[in-house]
Amino acid sequence: MIESNSVKLRVEDLTLIFGKRKKEALEMLMQGASKAKILEQTKCAVGINRASFEVYEGEIFVVMGLSGSGKSSLIRCLNRLNEPTSGKVFFKGEDITGESNNELLHTRRFEMSMVFQKFGLLPHKTILENAAFGLEIRGDDKIEREKKALDALETVGLKGYEDLYPSAMSGGMQQRVGLARALANDTEVLLMDEAFSALDPLIKSDMQDELLQIQKKVQKTIVFITHDLDEAIKLGDRIMIMKDGIIEQIGTAEEILTNPASDYVSAFVEKVDRKTIITAESLMFTKPSILRLDKDGPMRAIRKMREQGVKFLPVEDEQRAFVGYVWLRDVLDLADNKEKSLDKALKTEVPSVYKEYTVEEMLPLISGNNYPLAVVEKDNGRLLGLVTQTSLIIEATRFGDEEVKHLIRKANDI
Amino acid sequence: MERIIDLGKYIEIGINALEENFSFLWSAMDEGITWIVDSINSLLLGTPFIVFLIIVILLAYYAKTGNKMFKKEGIKEGIGLVLFIVIGLSLIYAMGYWEDAMHTTTLVLVSTFIALVLGIPLGILSAKNKTADVIIKPILDFMQTMPAFVYLIPAIFFFSVGNTPGIVATVIFSLPPAVRLTSLGIKNVPEDVVEAGRAYGATGKQILRKIELPLAMPTILTGVNQAILLALSMVVIASMVGAKGLGSIVYQGIQQNDVAKGFESGLGIVILAIILDRITQSFANRR
Repeated sequence: MIESNSVKLRVEDLTLIFGKRKKEALEMLMQGASKAKILEQTKCAVGINRASFEVYEGEIFVVMGLSGSGKSSLIRCLNRLNEPTSGKVFFKGEDITGESNNELLHTRRFEMSMVFQKFGLLPHKTILENAAFGLEIRGDDKIEREKKALDALETVGLKGYEDLYPSAMSGGMQQRVGLARALANDTEVLLMDEAFSALDPLIKSDMQDELLQIQKKVQKTIVFITHDLDEAIKLGDRIMIMKDGIIEQIGTAEEILTNPASDYVSAFVEKVDRKTIITAESLMFTKPSILRLDKDGPMRAIRKMREQGVKFLPVEDEQRAFVGYVWLRDVLDLADNKEKSLDKALKTEVPSVYKEYTVEEMLPLISGNNYPLAVVEKDNGRLLGLVTQTSLIIEATRFGDEEVKHLIRKANDI
Repeated sequence: MERIIDLGKYIEIGINALEENFSFLWSAMDEGITWIVDSINSLLLGTPFIVFLIIVILLAYYAKTGNKMFKKEGIKEGIGLVLFIVIGLSLIYAMGYWEDAMHTTTLVLVSTFIALVLGIPLGILSAKNKTADVIIKPILDFMQTMPAFVYLIPAIFFFSVGNTPGIVATVIFSLPPAVRLTSLGIKNVPEDVVEAGRAYGATGKQILRKIELPLAMPTILTGVNQAILLALSMVVIASMVGAKGLGSIVYQGIQQNDVAKGFESGLGIVILAIILDRITQSFANRR
């Protein structure tokens, strides 16, 4: 089977059923029976219902759902801690579900490592021995595994703690050891099952930052399970939302927030602070008409504005980089004076942002003069689109933020 | 009252059949156990009292204090036990029961050893395998509650009088805690640690050796401790079928109505029990 390089894990029609009469339950499920009916007739619980998705190389793929959504069962199917009832899991194009015992051990030892909610550290081993545990299991010799474990401990910021025992450490530090153990194996895939859910909020936030830092360095493919949407948004390159064993939606945080695929997802994302997630890219209107400073004169500018029914237009230079706006009244003055160029009417001190700016970051740029925010390409300054101040305020005030209300009042006063 | 069923008779027939058909097995067992008992006995009796005392003190002190052995707090912790051992063993020696005490120690060591060799694997089996657990449990109940004297009758039958029937009866009596506590210890190993082992590709053997047994060790050692104490409690009963040691002195005391003898030898058993208990308990409570 040919598979594109960037897909690291591919899950096809994965179904997991708990209980004794799995076959019967699976048949009913395929015929479209409901979970409740299957439970009633066969005493089998459907954990995952025909899930299909792909995880790309180097991304953090977050699986989000409430308890009972099947997310933890799902991650355990990826390394077959749970044996899938039907469906396939491909790792780099190879079907893991068909692997023999020895192949499976190899996969667990060399291809995927796992971080657990309850850490899963061995109380009778030191921090160093714990970090080296995966290597010990796969038979690396002592010198080599201690070296790798030390490196991993340094990566997670636990240098100097090697000889302590887990009981002497806080939850956050224990989970760093759990992470070091996973990193020491140097597998391509990291499976993180609610890895930060047992930690205090502040420590949790620290660990998230730390994980993002480490990820920049190591570029692993990470499957991260969580029930916390804020965590999903912070960490996830893409997020998959699950409910009752069914995938509700897969997409970036922004896609999910701006375009929820179901009522369940929209109910879920309602509480999220959108200010920090919605970016300029999704708010801007694209392909505005643009004036060329070197080509277009006042007469052409007036005609364009009339055509579009607008009072201003953005202007770019000969390299097609955004330089500013011209306003209709200024251009009319130029035309009266028989000027040939737009230079004198050009307002260059205008706000511009990049497409990944969030609403929160753009809010301070709101001003009384009602210029739209120009969204420009980072490297060549080309105009991608415009974000009007009104749309920015509407986006922000959905949540009745006092600060934003004040800004509107200020804007109206002028 | 009229007997409707003569269960005992069938048991007797069964025991007889076992005795006749497997006599080679019983005599081999008898020879093996006798050989082990004799070797350990001659080793213990060959060791001068003072050397024995020092070895026991060092062992107990190490068990009690571990890596704090040479620190001040270690000495504080261990000194009580050391004093007790010195006084207790010297008292046994001074009362003239040293040889008997060594016979008893041998009996306890050998039967505990056999109980553990059988009990720990059985405990692991019953923790891992539900069917085995269902079968083993009622057998253990039977072994523990059936009065110990009852074992003595067939034991004599198979092995005639001497140390062997005593040891066999003692093993039967002290086996259950070894099995039960091993099983309990392994069942109580947190699921998440075992799962971590599986996730990293550990085989069943690796999980047992590197995760389950080390984590269950304190509970297993409590089982060892219980097995030793139960074995000690059996020495008087074992002496009724000819096992030598302090137990037989107690037995003589009972038969001769000799309070002094009975009390002295009984006290000797108590001293041995306390020393063995403290040493094994200290190992169990480590960390």
